[in-house]
Amino acid sequence: MAVGEVMRMEIPAGGELPVTTPELHVLAVDDSIVDRKVIERLLRISSCKVTTVESGTRALQYLGLDGGKGASNLKDLKVNLIVTDYSMPGLTGYDLLKKIKESSAFREVPVVIMSSENILPRIEECLKEGAEEFLLKPVKLADVKRIKQLILRNEAEECKTLSHSNKRKLQEDCDTSSSSSSSSSSHDDSSVKDTPSSKRMKSESENLSSLF
Amino acid sequence: MDLVQMQKSLQDYTKSLFLEGILDSQFLQLQQLQDESNPDFVSQVVTLFFQDSDRILNDLSLSLDQQVVDFKKVDPHVHQLKGSSSSIGAQRVKNACVVFRSFCEQQNVEACHRCLQQVKQEYYLVKNRLETLFKLEQQIVASGGMIPAVELGF
Repeated sequence: MAVGEVMRMEIPAGGELPVTTPELHVLAVDDSIVDRKVIERLLRISSCKVTTVESGTRALQYLGLDGGKGASNLKDLKVNLIVTDYSMPGLTGYDLLKKIKESSAFREVPVVIMSSENILPRIEECLKEGAEEFLLKPVKLADVKRIKQLILRNEAEECKTLSHSNKRKLQEDCDTSSSSSSSSSSHDDSSVKDTPSSKRMKSESENLSSLF
Repeated sequence: MDLVQMQKSLQDYTKSLFLEGILDSQFLQLQQLQDESNPDFVSQVVTLFFQDSDRILNDLSLSLDQQVVDFKKVDPHVHQLKGSSSSIGAQRVKNACVVFRSFCEQQNVEACHRCLQQVKQEYYLVKNRLETLFKLEQQIVASGGMIPAVELGF
């Protein structure tokens, strides 16, 4: 399974998503022991699996991005979200964000920055570098719930995109094989197909644009 | 004192901490994170806060007692304390840290000494109050009762 992927379940042809939400694995980075305890609880109570580390350097080690030997055992590492404090000694949250976005393995993983300081240039800088969100500390349960919904929605849209593109490929294969059918029925078929497929194309392009 | 009286005392005591501004809504957030599966969450976080703060205040005292005060060392400590006090809802400690930081920025040694005293005062106050709060809770639990949820009508 690729890094960052959530456990995929078979998505029925109707396009309905399964009721059970997959468990997200979150890496939380904070130099404050108090804040680590709180964020861990906030995430656990939101049904996330949590790994906490105390610094950006440790985070890179955990992800195998520190150039160390750890990288070889990490092909099964699934991280769905990284939440990091901004002001940390050594590597700041911003530095960590940059390193993650530069990596091929983890650049797709959403990164959320937390800070006790509401500094607009800092927020802009982080968002520009690709941070998913910027949370003001102290972090509340509502913040975590919102982030989780965001991540799940992004992952669900990715699933839909994949399933639709698979469906479309199947239908295209069917079309070419049934091209000998009567013109009226194929016309009817295509008019019925046109609306949903144009909708799909629109939503696919929207999905793609939301990934960048 | 019977159980109902103890529970009422606890509620009144907790309310007074909010009314005096010693605690803010973040403390309520922490209480919301406590449940049967994590019945000691709040006291665990607060204990971490006490241990962490004792260390920071010690470091701050040492740093400010130097012949030449290195504000590059002082400020991060105050920032840390500001952060952790904010995370547990220790509002007056947090506010004292905010003032402290502004004097760090001005590199005003004398004012910083005063700020440290102020921070210590607020810290010992919240520490004392929270320790009393936890004792009240323990008494209730020991008597077989449940800790009532805080209802803030104001």
